[in-house]
Amino acid sequence: MKLLTHNLLSSHVRGVGPRGFPLRLQATEVRINPVEFNPEFVARMIPKVEWAALLEAADTLHLVEVPKEPIQGYEHDEKFLRKMHHVLLEVDVLEGTLQCPESGRLFPISRGIPNMLLSDEETES
Amino acid sequence: MALPCTLNRYLLLMAQEHLEFRLPEIKSLLSLFGGQFTSGQETYGKSPFWILSIPSEEIARNLMKRTVCAKSIFELWGHGKSPEELYSSLKNYPVEKMVPFLHSDSTYKIKIHTFNKTLTQEEKVKRIDALEFLPFEGKVNLKKPQHIFSILEDYGLDPNRIPENPHNIYFGRWIADGQRELIESYSVKKRLFIGNTSMDAGLSFIMANHGKVKANDIVFDPFVGTGGLLIASAHFGAYVYGTDIDYNTVHGLGKASRKNQKWRGPDENIRANLRQYGLEKYYLDVLVSDASKPSWRKGTYFDAIITDPPYGIRESTRRTGSQKEISKGIEKCPESHVPVSLSYHLSDMYFDLLNFAAETLVLGGRLVYWLPVYTPEYTEEMVPWHPCLELISNCEQKLSSHTSRRLITMEKVKKFENRDQYSHLLSDHFLPYQGHNSFREKYFSGVTKRIAKEEKSSQE
Repeated sequence: MKLLTHNLLSSHVRGVGPRGFPLRLQATEVRINPVEFNPEFVARMIPKVEWAALLEAADTLHLVEVPKEPIQGYEHDEKFLRKMHHVLLEVDVLEGTLQCPESGRLFPISRGIPNMLLSDEETES
Repeated sequence: MALPCTLNRYLLLMAQEHLEFRLPEIKSLLSLFGGQFTSGQETYGKSPFWILSIPSEEIARNLMKRTVCAKSIFELWGHGKSPEELYSSLKNYPVEKMVPFLHSDSTYKIKIHTFNKTLTQEEKVKRIDALEFLPFEGKVNLKKPQHIFSILEDYGLDPNRIPENPHNIYFGRWIADGQRELIESYSVKKRLFIGNTSMDAGLSFIMANHGKVKANDIVFDPFVGTGGLLIASAHFGAYVYGTDIDYNTVHGLGKASRKNQKWRGPDENIRANLRQYGLEKYYLDVLVSDASKPSWRKGTYFDAIITDPPYGIRESTRRTGSQKEISKGIEKCPESHVPVSLSYHLSDMYFDLLNFAAETLVLGGRLVYWLPVYTPEYTEEMVPWHPCLELISNCEQKLSSHTSRRLITMEKVKKFENRDQYSHLLSDHFLPYQGHNSFREKYFSGVTKRIAKEEKSSQE
């Protein structure tokens, strides 16, 4: 699971609503996966990123060189975009869990794939 | 109907497959590249010859880099219902537009294509020679000419009634071919990872084109299965997400769908499929998730949602159930540890899908999905509706004598405000589709009737 994905996921346990974001990340196996750098794509993603959640997840994984916020003129700043590219797309959590911050419910990640299934009772009606 | 000479007219030679899907594909692609669909032709129904006005050759070339419905495009220099009409039409074509391709330094060749008739070599040569009046000054080069010109003769569509003379003759400068070769190179037959309902390659590219997918988009498939639809979008440069309720399919485990193969091998998963075509860099993530209970946070981040939801025939329609339902004998997926119910009404599924699309698509983003219908009961009112989504096209593909599926394309035209605001409106609109909830029974009802009929006639 990439950190871009983590940034878009939220818990849908009944009653938590917007407090289900961000999910607390815990990783037991992480792999760095080189992905071809595409500055246009990374630049497109910057406005969609919830920065606090990204920093929290990056911190959990002990990542360094993570920009604290989008800088002015980021669209043309290759250095900034390369750092963001690495954080968002090249760090792959293979094994771990995502935890709903409100209810504590755990969603496992195995083989890089999060399992977000909940039973009927647990979800919003 | 005559068009003003200042507009550039092009002739599209269409493939005679997926007839209803062709016009929406071309329209979507033209709109993607800043053109607009304008033409002087009354109907595009069954004919493979389409005359369009396109603002520039660049747009025409971009169109051909995407389309799988069109075989080739030509800059149209003349056409008519007879050779005389063709020649007179050619004489009216501005010479200054011809000259750049005919000057003495250039090389060219003239080809002739006939549709629904075969000509002898002699007949072909005669027709090419008849064009001697055109100001060709360059040299003929049959192997690698700079410019290729084509005569196209249309002898209709009925192989049992071939006319003496063609209905239409066209002459134009060949510009580019379409992407029909993708259909073979991405064929499901060669794909590493397939499922029971993997989409035919041609249709998956048509879906990506109806969805106006472009490079650097994020495309999502909530019923991703083995990822076939994602492949087409990735081929066009989009980054892809998928979810599926089936743990085994997402992980690439369990029984294989290929004949003569028992279990899925280690290279059978969605990521491997993308890797097979050199598209792994476009793989974002796949998740095990229930499309009716999505785990995405509030926001608009999908440029397109392209999907083939289950119809309940070869793959069951499911959603996660409750502990109470377990006693009713439902499938429990041991890996996911969550009871998975087998009854998810089709109409509920579309309700959820449209709402989800309205909420998470960017403005202008498209939803493309298949809707199964029981033909005897189908009416246009059954096509699911949503106040934020505009219906762009509805194309039918027959599945059997009494069932078909329709490829529905919708575009988000209005910001999504409050889910509850729309629920009661939506449920009224879905009542007409309720009858399809037993689509599985209806699909098989034809079969049982036929078997009964055959048994009866064999007894007589």
